[in-house]
Amino acid sequence: MTPTQRRWIFLAGAAGLIAFYLWGLSGLPGFGHYPGPYGFIINRIAVGQTNATGVVSTVNFDYRGFDTVGEEFILFAAAAGVATVLRRLRHEREQSATDEAAGRDVPATSGAVRMVALLFTGPVVVMGWWLASHAQTNPSGGFQGGVVLATAFVLIYLSGEFLVFKKFSPVDLTDVVEAVGAGGFAAIGVSAVAMGLPYLTDFLPLGTVPGAVSSSGTIALISFFVGLEVAAAFILIIGELLEQTLLIRQGAS
Amino acid sequence: MTLAVVTPYTVPVGLMDALQITILILVAAGATAVVLIRELVRQVLVLSVYGVLLAVLFLAFQAPDVTLSELTVGAVALPVILLLTLAKIRKREE
Repeated sequence: MTPTQRRWIFLAGAAGLIAFYLWGLSGLPGFGHYPGPYGFIINRIAVGQTNATGVVSTVNFDYRGFDTVGEEFILFAAAAGVATVLRRLRHEREQSATDEAAGRDVPATSGAVRMVALLFTGPVVVMGWWLASHAQTNPSGGFQGGVVLATAFVLIYLSGEFLVFKKFSPVDLTDVVEAVGAGGFAAIGVSAVAMGLPYLTDFLPLGTVPGAVSSSGTIALISFFVGLEVAAAFILIIGELLEQTLLIRQGAS
Repeated sequence: MTLAVVTPYTVPVGLMDALQITILILVAAGATAVVLIRELVRQVLVLSVYGVLLAVLFLAFQAPDVTLSELTVGAVALPVILLLTLAKIRKREE
């Protein structure tokens, strides 16, 4: 195929794409005009039905909880995949975290970086925990909280050494926490089935005060389990990458 | 059907429009910058800034939940993973 032919095929394809794209855009509702009615119905009934004021979480963990189980297991599978692909291969060896180019000065972590990382670790843990446990009351949730919790471990790495990071997040423990998080979500759904209710029905007491931390039944619990799963998955992925970068080298051991 | 709730903190409609248009332009500029930058480490850092811009965009369009996700994933987790990958690749090239 000559470059000219190739260009014509590209132009034809691009023209088709643009035409369909514009056609699709012209059928969209106007900017800021929500056609409903799903969102309006949810807005009217969600707080009354679940006592959760974080309605986005209500949708994520209750009305569309089944979708979220799927997303949960996508992340679970991704973390498992990273752990499998990044394991030490037969032709690779592990060594201590030293620079490969001997004689080159390794720049020490600056005091400022260590200080800031140390200062932020505590607040970041609190914030992650708060986000993961307050999905039912305000905009937050297990996913956001979990990632924030995982960044606390990145801060530990920044403020210290790789070994300190490993000490705070042993792979066995992270694996277990991840499995408990992912399994807990599914198990809550199955518990509802065991009680003769549809999968993921909110079967726990909803509390009496809308927006209280203790309200919303399974929504809060699921968010907490999602937080565990996401935090563990991200710690696992970042840990595997750090190990690849710092410890694993080409060449048989 | 509108769900306008006016509180002492409500931003006037005109101001909100201006904010939304500004952030849309900034996001478009940020995305272009990410694509155009060829030096990888620099590109990752700009990607992180772009994540923050996207987070502000979602906030300006009243999606605080998505803002939190974008802040944590787009501005922190993704750049960290990319930087670690770059470090690994560089080591092999040396």
